[in-house]
Amino acid sequence: MNITADKLKRTALNEICRKYGGKMVDFHGWELPMQFEGILKEHNAIRTSAGIFDVSHMGQIFVSGPESFRLLQRTNANDLRKAVTGKGVYSHLTNESAGLVDDIIAFCLSLNRYLVIVNATTSTKDYNWLKTQAGKMEVTIENKSDAYSMLAVQGPKAPDIFKTFAPEALKLPRFGIVEKKLFGQDCFVSRTGYTGEDGFEITAPHPVIAQIWEQLMELGKPYNMVPCGLGARDTLRLEAGYLLYGQDADDNHTTYETNYGWVVCLDKGEFMGRSILERQKKEGVSLKLTGVTLTEGGVPRSGCKIFKDGKEIGEFTSATYSPTLRKGIGLGYLSMPNLKNGELLEVEIHGRRVKAQVQKTPFYKGTAFK
Amino acid sequence: MPKPEEARYTKTHEWIALEGDQSLVGVSDHAQHEMGDVVFVELPKMNQKLEKDKPCTVVESVKSAFDIYAPVAGEVSAVNAAVTGDPAIINQSPLEKGWLFKMKAANPEDLKTLMDWNAYQEFIKQGVH
Repeated sequence: MNITADKLKRTALNEICRKYGGKMVDFHGWELPMQFEGILKEHNAIRTSAGIFDVSHMGQIFVSGPESFRLLQRTNANDLRKAVTGKGVYSHLTNESAGLVDDIIAFCLSLNRYLVIVNATTSTKDYNWLKTQAGKMEVTIENKSDAYSMLAVQGPKAPDIFKTFAPEALKLPRFGIVEKKLFGQDCFVSRTGYTGEDGFEITAPHPVIAQIWEQLMELGKPYNMVPCGLGARDTLRLEAGYLLYGQDADDNHTTYETNYGWVVCLDKGEFMGRSILERQKKEGVSLKLTGVTLTEGGVPRSGCKIFKDGKEIGEFTSATYSPTLRKGIGLGYLSMPNLKNGELLEVEIHGRRVKAQVQKTPFYKGTAFK
Repeated sequence: MPKPEEARYTKTHEWIALEGDQSLVGVSDHAQHEMGDVVFVELPKMNQKLEKDKPCTVVESVKSAFDIYAPVAGEVSAVNAAVTGDPAIINQSPLEKGWLFKMKAANPEDLKTLMDWNAYQEFIKQGVH
């Protein structure tokens, strides 16, 4: 699809992003900032202090009713029993062949009421998938993606910034969620993010999101919090080893192949694609998303080929320069799924072979991992 | 080092400036802004033959790779090792410390076929890339 500039979807924070100097780009049909002052500055702000993102393109699907748990348990690889009230679980929505419909976070807001945060490009697909899987179940599924905005405050100083803004959020464990009125509107504050650092995400109706942003910017001043764009979001999430749906994960690769085996709970009972995952658990996979770091100069990009002993064994689905580690890093599906940490590889960049090695992910463990 | 007003510019945003019998080549201030944070530079080899408008080296920022095109025909006579050690120099000082390489132009008169400072400013304003 060819999306012309005037048809780009704009978030409720579009004007704010422009006001702060965001360089706007087309991100899958959404007009979002690639960067503000610079990717390195934004990246480092989040690793050492704090930064704020407009993530309003993300989708929100509400699932409620007596069989909401049953529906989510049957469509997810992870065990929804972990999502007790006030808590979320990172999971993979699986299809019949155990490929990923999407990667999501399912929060239990109260008994039989769930908020599922989905990716921007997949929200309609996920909604339709859940509707189909629900069949005649006693469950209500609502795609509210167009009704909510979302922002993320990330970094080791995020809790300090939230101290007066949302003191109840400081008590949240990782993946905890709390409902809170902000500027008179019902909002959600969760201890989640896509950077590998501690932090919070706020899901709020459009009319109040700009006020929330501005208040947080004010509270963030003592910590030099900066607005951050998609560029830093990508380098941060890749250092943390997080998947980008559509690049690193898709309908054709299973959770084991994405190397997120910890998400799979085979003992929870029947769920979509379970038999395939059970077989892969027993027999292993033929290809696996593997972390690779460069051991000499160069910047790998998605599509760059990866070699072992001169033989091509895959290519990067995501790759970049890691500002924290100051070297090239990337993820790619390799046809040798049992490579050990540190095994030597080569990567082709602009026709040049560059030395690299297998690297267990995350490449970098920020405060979210502690 | 050349003053920005003394250099000549290409439509692909390189600058070139005569210094004795050699010419310095780098990327314009406009170009480094567009690239964003430069994190890696692959320099051409000494004595490498350069063909006008052909890619001869690569500058990589966090977000993307940018080919650098030879402004005129000639041969590489020196490379700036400082930018490989600290690529951020290209952002900080694109027309001075951030020069990429020196070349011997096959025909120094070729430089005059490129845009001068005023023409380049006009070119940027038009938003032609």
